[in-house]
Amino acid sequence: MIHRPATGRKLTNQLVKVVSACGASVGILALAWILLVVIGKGAAAINWDFFFHRTLPTGEAGGGIGNAIVGSAVLVGLAIAFGVPIGLMVGVYLAEFGRDTRLGAAVRFSANVMMGIPSIIVGLFVYTLIVVPTHSFSGWAGAVALAILMLPVVARTSEDMLQLVPNALRESALALGAPRWKVTFQIVFRAARVGLLTGVLLAIARVSGETAPLLFTALNSPYWPTTLNDSVANLPVTIFNYAMSPYEDWVRLAWGASLLITVGVLALNISSRLILRRSAHE
Amino acid sequence: MGDRTFRWITTSCAAVVLLLVAGFFVCLVLSCRPSLAQFGWRFLVTSDWDPVTGQFGALSSIFGTLVSTVIAMLIAVPLSLVIALFLTELAPPMLRRVTGTAIELLAAVPSIIFGMWGLFVFAPFMARHVEPALGKGLGFLPLFHGPPMGIGMLTAGIILALMILPFISSVMRDVFQMVPPVVKESAYGMGATTWEVTRKITMRYGVRGLLGACFLGLGRAVGETMAVTFVIGNNHDISASLFAAGNSIASTLANEFTEANGKLYLSSLVELGLILFVVSFFLQVFAHLWLKSLTRSMGAGL
Repeated sequence: MIHRPATGRKLTNQLVKVVSACGASVGILALAWILLVVIGKGAAAINWDFFFHRTLPTGEAGGGIGNAIVGSAVLVGLAIAFGVPIGLMVGVYLAEFGRDTRLGAAVRFSANVMMGIPSIIVGLFVYTLIVVPTHSFSGWAGAVALAILMLPVVARTSEDMLQLVPNALRESALALGAPRWKVTFQIVFRAARVGLLTGVLLAIARVSGETAPLLFTALNSPYWPTTLNDSVANLPVTIFNYAMSPYEDWVRLAWGASLLITVGVLALNISSRLILRRSAHE
Repeated sequence: MGDRTFRWITTSCAAVVLLLVAGFFVCLVLSCRPSLAQFGWRFLVTSDWDPVTGQFGALSSIFGTLVSTVIAMLIAVPLSLVIALFLTELAPPMLRRVTGTAIELLAAVPSIIFGMWGLFVFAPFMARHVEPALGKGLGFLPLFHGPPMGIGMLTAGIILALMILPFISSVMRDVFQMVPPVVKESAYGMGATTWEVTRKITMRYGVRGLLGACFLGLGRAVGETMAVTFVIGNNHDISASLFAAGNSIASTLANEFTEANGKLYLSSLVELGLILFVVSFFLQVFAHLWLKSLTRSMGAGL
């Protein structure tokens, strides 16, 4: 080994430490910058009208985004209703029946790949599947697109959580004569409930801010959502349309909506983390 | 009886996942038949995009996707590497938790929020401070020619980098943690510094995992839509300058799809989507196979 003086090596080491600390601070600063801007500009837009009035056409002063808030809640709620049960069932299959089967491996792999498919492709897919045959943008299509995005997230996290449940628990329940479905729903689910809840919360957080899949499916609407057979107002597409508009009022509303989405998504994320951490301490 | 139904229900739900992945492909191919028939392979290599005359080519969108992704990777990969290093080797526990949480929350911020920040705050910042400086210092390169508008490839690439950084650095962190402590400790015992251990032991041991992390990040960057749509400028010209406005496949879809009329226009847009799907699909498949074989050879979970 060639002898090198220690000072040079130590200097390089110090330099690397400084560089890596700088790198980490880039990440923190970017997050802080974005959050400060969103809070600062968003808070200025929030008032009574913001929540309780619908979006108004150009030229009329005032208005809010109440219809988009309701619409987003409906779409995400429906997506949960479609996506979570199926996702949980996939997770059950992977953890209980498909651990070492070919189908299990294929499904696990596909779910991993699906998580990385751009969300705009999911929107395009649902467009060709639902919007084209029905000749209309619809809330249903939007909800299905969001559900498809949730599905692999719920499936993979619930599989991981169910696999953490010790086999002894399953075996003792089966030995008492309980059927498999009862073991899964009443024993395994109960043991893994915190983990399952976290997975679902993270999946909701992931789709709540998604814009691209709604562009071609639910589109947007200036009215209160009354039917799911037509386009439905929603927060992300409202932000997109208003941000690109030349009207100051609309841009202000877009910032308010951005604040709402950011707070919602981050709150879901942080609370799922806290739940998981607390249960780990118990 | 109940158990057979139960098993049947869960298995068919699992099959839904497979059907969906196949369905993406089938549906997209079926809906872009008009443009496939009209343009054939020419679609990939022509850059005309004119709804009026009905001429469509994907080249400018593919070019924009490539350029913005390359910029993003050039920034995000080294940055993720030092962040992962910081989180596993260097940071004191308190700082580690704060930094780790911040990076994870950065991944949770929706794309459209990056877009709002990018359009109204970051692009003007680029136009006022960064791009004039680059133009002055490196203006002899064609890459940095042109007026500093803030909106364009460079800004889109930088924002993309921030968005994929958490994904890359979290996989890299896992890779670093897979290195057996004994190996590192023996190097430390020989008097090696932290950086020497990282460069000669950790990185060499985990080089394939680090590459896998990069592929995962690449797959994300290629399809990012909203943030890019806000700041890339949406222009179908191909320009050598990074300050110029461009477009990417995803941004073209987001911008033009709802306003597109005519079968050929729509199916050309769907074909753009098909290209994006195929590219990101194979990137994902490759990255996961790569990481899986790695996990098997190292005998630890990633």
